[in-house]
Amino acid sequence: MNNVSQLLVGHPVERMEDARFLSGSGLFVDDLERDGMLHAAILRSSIAHADIVSIDTSAALRMPGVHAVITAADIGGEIPVIPLRLAPLPEFEPFRQPVIAADKVRYVGEPIAVVVADSRAIAEDALEAIDVQFEALSAVTGRGATEDALFACADDNVSLRYSAGFGDADAAFANADYVRTERFSVQRHTALPMETRGLLAEWDSSSARLIVTGATKVTFYNRRALAKMLDLGQDDIDLIEIDVGGGFGVRGEFYPEDFLIPFAARKLARPVKWIEDRREHLMAINHSRDVACELSIACRSDGTMLGLRGAVFSDMGAYIRTNGGVVPAKAAQFLPGPYRIPNVSVSVETFMTSKTPVGTYRGPGRFEANFFRERLIDMVALDLGIDVAEIRRKNLITEAELPYPIDGLVPYEGPTSYDTGNYVEVFERALLEIGWRDKCHLQGRLIDGVRHGIGLGCFVESGGAGPKENAALTLERDGSLTIAVGSSVLGQGLETVLGQIAADTLSIPFDRIRVLHGSTTLLDEGFGTYHSRAVVMGGSAVLDAAKKLREKILEQAANHLGRPNSELTIADQHVVAANGASVSLAALATEQVLSADGTFANTTRTYSYGTHAAHVTVDPRTGRVEILDYVAVEDVGRAINPAIVHGQAIGAIVQGLGGVFFDHLVYDEEAQLLNASLADYLVPTASDFPRLRAVTLELRPSLTNPLGAKGAGEGGIVAVAAATANAVAAALTPLGVEIHHLPLTPPRLWRLIKDARDRTPTAA
Amino acid sequence: MKLPPLDYIRPVTLAEAIAILAAHGGDAKAIAGGQSLMPLLAFRLAAPELLVDIGRLPGLRHIDISVEGVDLGALVTWRDIERDARLTYAHPLLAAAIAHVAHYQIRNRGTVGGSLAHADPAAEMPGIAITCDALITVVGPNGTRMVPANEFCLGGLSTVLEFDELVTNVRLPPWKQNRRWAFEEFARRRGDFALAGVAAFYDIDQNGTMRDPHVGVIGVGDRPMRLSVVENLLEGKSLDAGLILQAAALARDAVDPTDDIHAEAAYRRDMVGVLLERVLARAGNIVLMEAA
Ligand SMILES: Cc1cc2nc3c(=O)[nH]c(=O)nc-3n(C[C@H](O)[C@H](O)[C@H](O)COP(=O)(O)OP(=O)(O)OC[C@H]3O[C@@H](n4cnc5c(N)ncnc54)[C@H](O)[C@@H]3O)c2cc1C
Repeated sequence: MNNVSQLLVGHPVERMEDARFLSGSGLFVDDLERDGMLHAAILRSSIAHADIVSIDTSAALRMPGVHAVITAADIGGEIPVIPLRLAPLPEFEPFRQPVIAADKVRYVGEPIAVVVADSRAIAEDALEAIDVQFEALSAVTGRGATEDALFACADDNVSLRYSAGFGDADAAFANADYVRTERFSVQRHTALPMETRGLLAEWDSSSARLIVTGATKVTFYNRRALAKMLDLGQDDIDLIEIDVGGGFGVRGEFYPEDFLIPFAARKLARPVKWIEDRREHLMAINHSRDVACELSIACRSDGTMLGLRGAVFSDMGAYIRTNGGVVPAKAAQFLPGPYRIPNVSVSVETFMTSKTPVGTYRGPGRFEANFFRERLIDMVALDLGIDVAEIRRKNLITEAELPYPIDGLVPYEGPTSYDTGNYVEVFERALLEIGWRDKCHLQGRLIDGVRHGIGLGCFVESGGAGPKENAALTLERDGSLTIAVGSSVLGQGLETVLGQIAADTLSIPFDRIRVLHGSTTLLDEGFGTYHSRAVVMGGSAVLDAAKKLREKILEQAANHLGRPNSELTIADQHVVAANGASVSLAALATEQVLSADGTFANTTRTYSYGTHAAHVTVDPRTGRVEILDYVAVEDVGRAINPAIVHGQAIGAIVQGLGGVFFDHLVYDEEAQLLNASLADYLVPTASDFPRLRAVTLELRPSLTNPLGAKGAGEGGIVAVAAATANAVAAALTPLGVEIHHLPLTPPRLWRLIKDARDRTPTAA
Repeated sequence: MKLPPLDYIRPVTLAEAIAILAAHGGDAKAIAGGQSLMPLLAFRLAAPELLVDIGRLPGLRHIDISVEGVDLGALVTWRDIERDARLTYAHPLLAAAIAHVAHYQIRNRGTVGGSLAHADPAAEMPGIAITCDALITVVGPNGTRMVPANEFCLGGLSTVLEFDELVTNVRLPPWKQNRRWAFEEFARRRGDFALAGVAAFYDIDQNGTMRDPHVGVIGVGDRPMRLSVVENLLEGKSLDAGLILQAAALARDAVDPTDDIHAEAAYRRDMVGVLLERVLARAGNIVLMEAA
């Protein structure tokens, strides 16, 4: 019976993948073994910027157990470059990364050679025997021209500049009662999936086919790219997605290894496995954030916002990889946030340095933009003597103003508008949850040696990137259902969510549903998982396919039962007619193939939104911050599985707090990465932030898709720096401390407090 | 991050272990819990030809409490210390300090002997050994020698141990009744090595003045150290807020930390003062009005 109380969508259904993961029966790349399999290790540049004079691999090649040492010379012809997947601006083309360094290295960690050996240990031994002669060039560690430019085409190391905006910011600033300008920055850090990257490449010489296992995120795109580089047809390559231990944006993009490992497998005609170790990971995976901003705001003296000007500066590292300029572009686009600011002008400058290239990491650009803007708003409120809640309330876009266009902030993207929502209601809910009314008198108060602060951060967050997604549903002969989808599963629970959607439409029990995902073998075309799109796009495609399949099933059952479709329902794995006659799904599927393809195309983005609130204490003597309470309130339109959304939100908050307090890729003036190990690259652990809460609302469904869903995986992270830094700043306001830069390490806060004291020796 | 090529042996007696170390003339290395050595090998910062696993040598995993003090065998793990309820009375400072070492997995394996031999400047065990005037038993081919803890560490990760010597025991002098003490450290996350740590204890005579104060610090130099200027200041005085501030000022001047990626030197220097204030205030049950 398709009765509402049994619907799974909207319920915290237990994840179908959990039993597999919790019992240790998940299957990850490193679990795979093949007969005759070899192992690869990659020689990475130990020096940031240099010309390669010579590479001598002879000693390594002579070592027992070594099968090949591959360098640029072995690739033959032109070295392939990593394509620009998102927003392929022509300006970026000269800065793309060759898959292996031929005559120049531009960052520590850049691949120079691949050793393939009987074991990873032997391969690592051989790395030590490769002799590379460098002629060092000066490292590029920051913005501006340097003695040795990284690329001949850019003396100033700048790869892109643009300006964009709407309204007339100049006029707004000229006429405003009040103007303030501040410089902010977010440090270079990145995602840290538990499972590092890994690939198993297998070449079948007889059929000239390549199978690469360990792919994820954008497998179909990556197959196209790889086919081109290897001069193979797309159909000659399968990219297989199995279990994935975390993605967060960094995993699954096309990296040098995505060419090098398949190349080695083809060259040797042997299966080749490569598993990134943690040190490699920290220097090879896309880095992210690393954005600075000069932000100006113009207001009336009552706090009404009139104009915003933002100059975004983004350290892209040594090359422009697949994500192009998404990080700075989104940092600029989301500067105005959920506020009614009629005049906005932004500019973006991306510059190259001799550091690991930058890509997207959960909430790319948003984490940064929200931090910049929300910090500045608190400064404005303090200047104008307005309560920090009141100034937000006053300027938040109201429901009546939606859809609210934010066109023109990204010059190469079309018009877009904040879609549906009630920003004010969600904001008020966050205030209620944190206990704003009762607690705001604590701001800056010193109690038992620690100062209290409560901070707010509001956001809007885009999701559901187009153009489309595909799904194929098959009713198996045993009456179970197989879903194949082009979206990728990276541990986020997508199998369950898609299963719920199909189960509701087809009235097939959840435990009779199997979800196949990501692999290029499943469908002709797929678009992947990024930009909070998998449920919006993949989920809607599954819904479409499920509706079609339901019709087919009923039609066939109608022939059997001699009753019209309209009298038939699916229940207990049977199609049942109103008169009680029935036929089993298994029987129907045995008779005839019952399958349906579904698709969902849409280029209108969803905009989820919300408010975070943090209550912290700061020990002003040590700089230690403790989170006493934290709540993130977000309207995701529709939560297909509230338990999964909640888990996503809590995890995202923790990850965001890592970015606020811990995660920091530290480089020295030679552009050496100083903390490429988890001993020194700190991330939050289970005990660091025990008191976090997330409230998921479904106030205003999205109108762009039949599920009403908006992106739900990133809202938990995007306002963490905003709310937390505002709380820390509020705690330290009586000491004259302002917060502009992350991370908020104890030594940094201690330094800020000390400097403020030294400026005004009498401060309390 | 695979280990360099090496051999492995697990001797069954101490004498055998030492003979093997001696026979390899510096190319062999003892391994106990492996919690410091394995990372060094994985990063290929050490590449011995032979690992001599001393983890199962008999008679080195005792915690003995007697009038002579507290004896810890070299193979005693952090978890052994944590689980031994007697130590909360017999040596509360040790128990409190060791509670800060690392996380479960590491606490189950890491050993007292390994920690002393590894001599990380921020490690708790060497710091407590120095603070308490412990005596370390070292056995080598030529027999046994007793090394006072303050002579044991020579500098960053280096000790008086010869390549063919092993630590077998560390003895902490007996803990007096009614002793006042406290331990504080500051680490970025729970279980991390401390950015700075301070241990202090003293006894009280019948006039209420401090006797025999001991103050040790970790994490702020190339090795753990005693702050004798502070001890001299405290000796024979009765503790009050003014004295605590004076002691903290002396402590800041007595240490010489360096900058690293986790903290600038000035921060660590100041933390020694802050932590000493807190330690003395706790030990003396004095409420400090902290300037904040
Ligand atoms: C993530 C992490 C966090 C940690 N945090 C802390 C912390 O907060 N505080 C802290 O103090 N420690 C910390 N440690 C280190 C841990 O306590 C180690 O266990 C300890 O330092 C070394 O003990 P081990 O038995 O593991 O020694 P091993 O790693 O086996 O050996 C270390 C060195 O000592 C030598 N050695 C071992 N035993 C002897 C012996 N009996 N005689 C002579 N030489 C010997 C070895 O040859 C080697 O050179 C941490 C370790 C990790 C991995």
